[in-house]
Amino acid sequence: MTTDLMRMGSGAGFSSDRLGPAVDLAKQAELDWLVFETIGERTLAFGHRDRLANPSRGYNPQLAARMRGVLQPCRDQGTRIMTNMGVANVEAAAEVVINVARELGMKGLKVAAVMGDEVTEQLNDDTVLFDYGGRTLGEVDRPLVGANAYLGIDAILPAVETGADVVITGRVADPSLFLAPIVNQFGWARDDWAKLGQGTLVGHLMECGMQITGGYFADPGRKHVPRPAECGYPIAAINADGGAEITKLETAGGMVNMATVKEQLMYEVHDPTRYLTPDVTADFSTARLNESGQDRVRVASAGGTERPKQLKVTVGFDGGLLGEAEVSYAGVNAAARARLAADILRQRLDDVPGMAGQYRVDLIGLNSVHGTAKPDAGGESQDVRVRAAMRSMDRDTIETMLWEVEAMLCCGPAGGGGYRGQITPGVVTHSTMIDRDAISSRVKVYEA
Amino acid sequence: MSRKVPLHDLAHARAGDKGNTSNVSVWAYDPGDYPLIKDQLTPERIKAAFPKLITGDVVRYELDHLHGLNFVLGEALEGGVNTSLGLDSHGKSWSFLVLGLELDVPDNLA
Repeated sequence: MTTDLMRMGSGAGFSSDRLGPAVDLAKQAELDWLVFETIGERTLAFGHRDRLANPSRGYNPQLAARMRGVLQPCRDQGTRIMTNMGVANVEAAAEVVINVARELGMKGLKVAAVMGDEVTEQLNDDTVLFDYGGRTLGEVDRPLVGANAYLGIDAILPAVETGADVVITGRVADPSLFLAPIVNQFGWARDDWAKLGQGTLVGHLMECGMQITGGYFADPGRKHVPRPAECGYPIAAINADGGAEITKLETAGGMVNMATVKEQLMYEVHDPTRYLTPDVTADFSTARLNESGQDRVRVASAGGTERPKQLKVTVGFDGGLLGEAEVSYAGVNAAARARLAADILRQRLDDVPGMAGQYRVDLIGLNSVHGTAKPDAGGESQDVRVRAAMRSMDRDTIETMLWEVEAMLCCGPAGGGGYRGQITPGVVTHSTMIDRDAISSRVKVYEA
Repeated sequence: MSRKVPLHDLAHARAGDKGNTSNVSVWAYDPGDYPLIKDQLTPERIKAAFPKLITGDVVRYELDHLHGLNFVLGEALEGGVNTSLGLDSHGKSWSFLVLGLELDVPDNLA
């Protein structure tokens, strides 16, 4: 490896992100590291639920497929893999990677698992949830499924230092997946806040995958994206000072320009001068962006100050069930028939004990996604779906709602059709803080 | 004289979510339009445009050198992704709510 330049690629920006373009990077991009970021607060809580139901699950469901796609080309290219696909069961995930390596005949492949993010046992009923009006964990009237602290480079670096081909984690801050290899490569001091801030910016820009290469960007007539169906994942060429060039494979669709990078710069960011991670309080407000060529943007000059003293913890709870049911009205006078259907449905649901105020009715095609922001303006449409939704811990209540929507087929307005209903499990998450010294992370190395 | 122009003609945007808080960043296509956008697209304007949706405070951060504004919309996701009954429970499309607002553009500007 060179010491003054490293190349990192993103192979996933969320749990269900595409695999093909990640394989393209593994084969063609000559990367030092390929990073798969797949955890959100919800996916983590679902991971806990999966593990509670089956102790050998709880990791990313696409882990084995992704590894089958990239393990061999990454080994051929000398590319190491970093991922948080361990989700709520890092040890089981490491075993999955080892098993795939054995299937592929990749003897000697090493996997380093980072553990210690789960803090479920360290919380109690008096734990204060800062995003829940300061109420305590004991005041949440739902079963707890699991709690995880956001670990950072302190936890990941020892795994990087083992030299493992694959480093797999559970809950870590997303940018830390990129920052740990960068710090390892360039030997940055762990209190060089300016460099850590700039490295965190690189991680932040890369962690959502194609959101910086033209994915999640096209707006016909305004923002044109070339060959969007073949959009490629991003590549970052990073210098020893943390400055980086964001680009993509020339053969891939999509694009990298000032606009795609700007949108990602503030994605899920609040105060740009204080982006908190376990590693640094990063300052993105000073970032400089320059187009350095076709599909190339240079990123530099982000800063940082001392890291937060505590770590954020996500606490997951059983969220009960979400019920959704829909029926369509189409053709002449469809909007009026759909509005009448909604009125009939509301009257019938309000008559069910305990149902009033617990459900929502939307008119898809007239006013649904932005229904709270903008009331129904009385528009016309010839294709409307009436949708009812509710959440409950009680399946019978939800089934009653679905039944009433399905009943519109025979005792609602004329011409209703296309009923669909579904019940899906939900999770609820809240946040608290924990002292760093309450965490003891560790690394376990596996070999195929 | 001036005319009403949709913000969508002048700027692009992206929304993100954390809990029940949404953030929408707005970026001028043409740096020359940024002062006008900054002048008219105030946090008060956005909160007033969607009073039922945004029940918390709206805070604006300015990235003048990149010709962008970042709006943080408090309590603006119908409870957030885990409890909302809405279809877009992440508020991914809130960016296009903001881009649908109209600005007054003087006739002497393109």
